[in-house]
Amino acid sequence: MNRSAVETAERLASRHRKGRLFEWACLGATSLGVLVLVVLLVGVCVQAWGWLDGDFVSSYDSRHPREAGILAGIWGSFWLIGMTAIFSVPIGVGAAVYLEEYADRSWLTRLIQVNLANLAGVPSIVYGILGLTVFVRMFGAFPDGKVIVVSLGIASLKIPIPFGRTVLSGALTLTLLILPVVIVAAQEALRAIPGSIRNASIALGASRWQTIRLQVLPAAAPGILTGIILALSRAIGETAPLVMIGALTYVAFTPGGIETPIDVIRDPQGVLDAPYDTFTALPIQIFNWVSRPKVEYQHVAAAGILVLLIVLLVLNGTAILIRHRYRKGIRW
Amino acid sequence: MTSQRNSVGDGSVPQTLTGRVTLGRLKEQAVKAVFFCCALLSIGTTIGIIYVLVTEAVVGVGDSQAFFQEVSLVEFFTETRWTPQFADKHFGILPLLTGTLMIAGIAACIGLPVGLASAIYLSEYASPRVRNLVKPVLEVLAGIPTVVYGYFALVFVTPYVLRPIFQDGLGLDVGVFNAASAGIVVGIMIIPMVSSLSEDALRSVPQGLREAAYALGSTKLDVSLRVVLPAAFSGVIASFLLAIARAVGETMAVTIAAGQTPDLTLNPFRSVESMTAFIVNVSLGDTAVGSIVYKSLYAVALTLFVITLAMNILSQAVLRRFREVYQ
Amino acid sequence: MVTESTQSPEPPALPSLADITTAFSDVADVAERERAVKVETIDLDFFYGDVQALFGVSMQVPEQAVTALIGPSGCGKSTYLRTLNRMNDIIEGTRLSGTVLVEGQDIYAGGIDVVALRKRVGMVFQKSTPFPKSIFDNVAYGPRVAGEKNKAVLTEIVESSLQRAALWDEVKDRLDDSALALSGGQQQRLCIARTLATSPDVVLMDEPASALDPASTARIEDLIFELKKNYTIIIVTHNMQQAARISDHTAFFFEGKLIEFGVTRELFTRPGEQQTEDYITGRFG
Repeated sequence: MNRSAVETAERLASRHRKGRLFEWACLGATSLGVLVLVVLLVGVCVQAWGWLDGDFVSSYDSRHPREAGILAGIWGSFWLIGMTAIFSVPIGVGAAVYLEEYADRSWLTRLIQVNLANLAGVPSIVYGILGLTVFVRMFGAFPDGKVIVVSLGIASLKIPIPFGRTVLSGALTLTLLILPVVIVAAQEALRAIPGSIRNASIALGASRWQTIRLQVLPAAAPGILTGIILALSRAIGETAPLVMIGALTYVAFTPGGIETPIDVIRDPQGVLDAPYDTFTALPIQIFNWVSRPKVEYQHVAAAGILVLLIVLLVLNGTAILIRHRYRKGIRW
Repeated sequence: MTSQRNSVGDGSVPQTLTGRVTLGRLKEQAVKAVFFCCALLSIGTTIGIIYVLVTEAVVGVGDSQAFFQEVSLVEFFTETRWTPQFADKHFGILPLLTGTLMIAGIAACIGLPVGLASAIYLSEYASPRVRNLVKPVLEVLAGIPTVVYGYFALVFVTPYVLRPIFQDGLGLDVGVFNAASAGIVVGIMIIPMVSSLSEDALRSVPQGLREAAYALGSTKLDVSLRVVLPAAFSGVIASFLLAIARAVGETMAVTIAAGQTPDLTLNPFRSVESMTAFIVNVSLGDTAVGSIVYKSLYAVALTLFVITLAMNILSQAVLRRFREVYQ
Repeated sequence: MVTESTQSPEPPALPSLADITTAFSDVADVAERERAVKVETIDLDFFYGDVQALFGVSMQVPEQAVTALIGPSGCGKSTYLRTLNRMNDIIEGTRLSGTVLVEGQDIYAGGIDVVALRKRVGMVFQKSTPFPKSIFDNVAYGPRVAGEKNKAVLTEIVESSLQRAALWDEVKDRLDDSALALSGGQQQRLCIARTLATSPDVVLMDEPASALDPASTARIEDLIFELKKNYTIIIVTHNMQQAARISDHTAFFFEGKLIEFGVTRELFTRPGEQQTEDYITGRFG
């Protein structure tokens, strides 16, 4: 072997060494995410050990760490997310259907699309300020405040104007916050439905809306549902906008006084009152405990985080299940 | 043209093609109109945000004075003290701005390289099995509420990472609340975002380009760094911009971990207050509606909105150029 | 006009056996030419944005017969087909001038309900497009969207449509199974049954057999032969043998223009235009 051949071989070996080093570095970076997740989960579990029990999920917050519980937060989040879903699903799916199935390529359609992308990047706290001004205070247009009472036979609806620091204000704020996410997810699901299905339906004499209602939406439903669940699980963890609109940090009641699932059936007045009640939510209670100086509250916070993470895990698991189920079922 | 065949168009035409059920057509139009309104709501939201911020911060409606009608822009951007809740009120955004940018900077130093490296790994090196394993983990990481990251910073990062290294090791004073811990967790928070958006950009580079480079005797390192990465550069930059915008707007983790001391400092181990943390802290307290402190909230929010919007628009502009190159 | 060229074949000087058989066929051809017009286009231009896809197409499609549209790909035959039930309406940026008459009625005139039109002028696509529903629901879809709710009536329609599409015997015991479980050929016949269920007069077929195996193709061709007794069928095909086998009339398109239109046997044996002859003898396309 002559000199230059040796040199070339050495250079090649060095290039391969560098290559391996780079690959390991990239692998390390990728593993970092996994590592952090493990540390975080194990850490929270260790901290919450002995604190997360039946009493914790069935009692209210307390000045004594050992007696503090998350009942108010669970019910608050339940009402909040339930109502957010009621508002955001029809509006979000409707907007996506318009953009994908009806809209032409006009400047207005483009504007709406660009606007959606920008809204998705607006910090959640800004939505909080919007909710505070528009829903909670209604621009201060009703300085005296009033309550509209609508009687519905066995119970009556008591709607405060302005909405104030209620579940309703929170749900409306979260609706605006997650709408861009829901719309974009639903658009993707609709786009995945082959055009041949639409053509076939239209060629059979179905109108546009019949085609959407009978063919496109059922076919896109799993994708849309997955997107909605993921958006709602983002809403469950949102804290900043709720702090802004004034979700209470220390609460010893549940919205509408409903403390068990049975109450939902037994107490119609409570169900109607819940949306107009003040409230706290899971992440708000966690934030409150984290901010307290007493060290024991770190354990209470960890227990609360574990409850929140379990709720998220159940929701995400459902989304993955839906995605998996339907992907197998339909082939185009 | 005259037909030589028997034409049927002689008046015996069945009338089924015209004037069918106008009610049905009306319904079609109504449905379309309702959906159109749903789509318009997103424009309404944007207008609402701008209206609310501008009327409280820039131009008051009716008798009310907006924030900048009481505090000059010059003071807002040059004053170095932010003390709206004291008797001696000063409204200089600089301490909040440096607090925000320092945390976002630390987050970028961690999140961008790690996110990009993991994107390169997932796109260029990982087997499909590894990718199917790692991607859900990153998705879970992205789905963890920010308040949990705040807790993580306060309870784990500061006592178990920062203090042993910088306080016990280097003799620096690390506060309970500090910018570094907030920056680290925000950096972790943006890893999934950078990773998944950059990976999309890297994967959209045509396979032919890689093959051409391999045929010229490139190693995988050469292909990844010298061919694929430059080709996907705008997509990667766009993901960086989005991630930084996210870090600037991040609220709860920063509020919990960095504290609420609006000092003009560049020491990452001291407590600072970000713009978002200020907004949270004011809203937690009892602030009278219409007071100057209340209005300052909108001025800060407007500043935050403008910064994040600018970065988002910039990111989209970069991405549009990227598409032009490849189509 | 292009149709004129087929009107007056020159009389043969010395009759041979071949000429005599041709003469007998010519009697049939004359009868074929005398058929009533079902669909007519006059001076039809069509544009995708700035690109013109059809140039002044004038054609008279006869009733209760099979008319094949042939030509090299991109010649505008599919575009032409889709103007006949206004399926091009749903493509953005398209424009049309000229007249399309279905039974003498201008289908692009104001006041025309495209939904009603598409029920009268049914369409079968190249790729079978069963809805992800049961076989029954697929066939009943058209009548249902038209407002038919009576289960007995629907059952009746489904059975008769499947029978006419020659699919009934294969699926009668599993009407509630998913349509996606059928084979490719069965799926295409299901799509034909689905189209027949809306009781159209005209059935447009856009290369209905091009994605199928030869056996399934043969079944579809038999079916088309049966169907022409009751329906006017217009079929786009890239397969000249198929056009010759199943159609009574053939139109040859080239670069957006109708080059020649006539009785199939005449067009294939004695094409009036050089371009037609070049195409059917395989010199291009």
